[in-house]
Amino acid sequence: MSAVLDHPGDHAHGHAHDHPSGWRRWLYATNHKDIGTMYLWFSFAMLLVGGVNALLLRTELFQPGLQILRPEFFNQLTTMHGLIMVFGAVMPAFVGFANWQVPLMIGASDMAFARLNNFSFWLLPVAASLLIVSYFVPGGATAAGWTLYAPLSVQMGPGMDLAILALHLMGASSIMGSINIITTILNMRAPGMPLMKMPMFCWTWLITAYLLLAVMPVLAGAVTMVLTDRHFGTSFFNAAGGGDPVMYQHIFWFFGHPEVYIMILPAFGIISEVIPTFARKPLFGYSSMVYATASIAILSMIVWAHHMFTTGMPVTGQLFFMYATMLIAVPTGVKIFNWVATMWRGSMTFETPMLFAVGFIFVFAIGGFTGLIMAVAPLDIQIHDTYYIVAHFHYVLVAGSLFALFSGTYYWIPKWTGHMYDERLGKWHFWASMITFNITFFPMHFLGLAGMPRRYADYPMQFADFNAVVTIGAFGFGLSQLIFLWMVIRCIKGGAKASDRVWENAHGLEWTVPSPAPFHTFETPPVVK
Amino acid sequence: MVSATSSGTPYYFVPHPSKWPMVGAIALAFFGFGLASWVNGAPFGPWLFAIFIAILAYMMIGWFGAVARESESGLYGERVDVSFRWSMSWFIFSEVMFFAAFFGALYYARSIATPWLGDLDHRSLLWPDFQATWPNAGPAGVVEPFQTIGPWPIPTLNTALLLTSGVTLTIAHHALKDNRRAPLAFWMLVTILLGFTFLGFQAYEYVHAYSELNLKLSSGIFGSTFFMLTGFHGFHVTVGAIMLSAVLFRILRGHFTPQRHFAFEAAAWYWHFVDVVWLGLYVVVYWL
Repeated sequence: MSAVLDHPGDHAHGHAHDHPSGWRRWLYATNHKDIGTMYLWFSFAMLLVGGVNALLLRTELFQPGLQILRPEFFNQLTTMHGLIMVFGAVMPAFVGFANWQVPLMIGASDMAFARLNNFSFWLLPVAASLLIVSYFVPGGATAAGWTLYAPLSVQMGPGMDLAILALHLMGASSIMGSINIITTILNMRAPGMPLMKMPMFCWTWLITAYLLLAVMPVLAGAVTMVLTDRHFGTSFFNAAGGGDPVMYQHIFWFFGHPEVYIMILPAFGIISEVIPTFARKPLFGYSSMVYATASIAILSMIVWAHHMFTTGMPVTGQLFFMYATMLIAVPTGVKIFNWVATMWRGSMTFETPMLFAVGFIFVFAIGGFTGLIMAVAPLDIQIHDTYYIVAHFHYVLVAGSLFALFSGTYYWIPKWTGHMYDERLGKWHFWASMITFNITFFPMHFLGLAGMPRRYADYPMQFADFNAVVTIGAFGFGLSQLIFLWMVIRCIKGGAKASDRVWENAHGLEWTVPSPAPFHTFETPPVVK
Repeated sequence: MVSATSSGTPYYFVPHPSKWPMVGAIALAFFGFGLASWVNGAPFGPWLFAIFIAILAYMMIGWFGAVARESESGLYGERVDVSFRWSMSWFIFSEVMFFAAFFGALYYARSIATPWLGDLDHRSLLWPDFQATWPNAGPAGVVEPFQTIGPWPIPTLNTALLLTSGVTLTIAHHALKDNRRAPLAFWMLVTILLGFTFLGFQAYEYVHAYSELNLKLSSGIFGSTFFMLTGFHGFHVTVGAIMLSAVLFRILRGHFTPQRHFAFEAAAWYWHFVDVVWLGLYVVVYWL
């Protein structure tokens, strides 16, 4: 370990050594570990809020007919479930990981801009309160679906305005957070760590931050146009005035498609850290992994209209977006191949992080394949806006992003808390999540292929059996996450003392500092050989 | 943070706990709730929004002041300087993408939506009289007739003003690098005045459009794209002028050295960025 930690003689600018305590530690935070912790707790709280939304939806869908929810409220729950999970749970969780891990992995003392970092975080509770308050204004929360398509989004009550402004704040938070992460990675690496020797998690976040900076402002533009169409008489999405509602879809999906890679690239990074450790082999094909990540990012910006095959576009356009989308399978295949090749003839053990990582490859690959199927325009026209798409994006978002987040949490939580987690609870959490996840989402493929449309509060009798199974699975999946919460709390409170390296074959600078990582690390940069 | 090098400047800089981000978050809570209630006609909306402006001004003065003090006391080393350069570049990149959304809307409206609304299907089934030309007032007769603004005279004058302000800013930068403080302050002042003259002309143009040309934000897709593009640009000129004013304020207090003056350069980069956006607007909004 090359860092000198909290040594008393070095107080030339000694205020930085203060260990702030009480409420100031969190509200006025400038420490990347504290801010990372806040991000992670916030995102988990949002996961539970969004999860409760989902369980209410599933309760209504347990049987055909309308039981407990008005259809209008059902639509509000659908919309808010999407917005909260995407912008409140998954994205902030990855920023939390970046906050904790990027400085530790590149040997920097903190993020490049510590105060900006705290500003990015504290905009999120503000945005979340705008979203949650919107349930209680006249007309309720926005019910336009998380995509907020015009003209529906132009017609709704004040809840829609609150959602738009919440998106503005979350977008500002993402932009500031990305500038911070990108600057930290480009400028704060320890001497002797060129970009091509950087941990893969940092590479994926570097590229994710670039994507965020490229597309979050476009979302801000799109929702601003919705706001002015709603209140200031503009005609962007109104054909009567010469505009076009389809234009909203183009601008939204120019943001929306890179957004899905924003939510999966850092997950790839986590998996690329976990698998080499538990396979006891270096990552196979490091540089091809970097190029694959960059290719995915670039391709993601030219495929947006594959979300719009049924909207109407020239057949040439359909062909272009279809083939460009299918091309993404190539770099993604490179990644899957490299992970499998890393495990090939490795000396593998299956602690919980590895279980989630292997599980990730398995279920994410299913989601990837269904994505490929929907990229085919003639097929998509059949299954567009059915439960097939719901199944698809939950396979990549829940089994992809969320499982990777779990994998990363189990992998690094001994470094964060200084205690080993309870392996038995971890395994219970994995198997319960894995089984109930598939009970929930696998039957949705059949429902979609049989023609059940998404975002409906009611359905015909022939879909009843699968829907009942899905609802049972959803409650099981929701309850399984309480095991995770219990594991985290127990790990913070106590448990076996974690060693510095924690895992036998873990490589990287984060494993050279003590567990738990001290408040300040790498105050002098380590030398990387 | 503290690994003092031989010069006394720390290798890394990590500020101590600060209230300013929290103040900013509170300000933006007033922004969100204030604007949402204002646009829906709640009487307290404008008041909440005014509180947002007040807290935001307090935050910016306090936060930027803290940064200026830290900079002048030599806490920012070489590495921090590079961080600032990266971050400002990426920030401007994100601003480019924000404008791209509106330029994209203009492109889409002119090149895709308008021909679509005037194609055979729409003409035979919906709007037989619609001429798919630009500008248009939409096919449905819901927009009052209006006239448009050509490139001459005000937009051309405004182009000249912004380009000239870019030159005067560069003269100021050379003065700063040669440590000639009086010309520095003078040319900064000239730059800022040119910026505000631009804004004055634009305000005049808006009044002219509303009162004499009947060109309004509600003038169909033309009015929408015209006012949103030029309006957001004008807002960015305002922000740039505020940045330059803050830099001038610091120049008058004796800040910056010929070697170290990134705040000046950042404001200058931003100013050139709004200049380039204007050139795009001048061509695609006023000319074509």
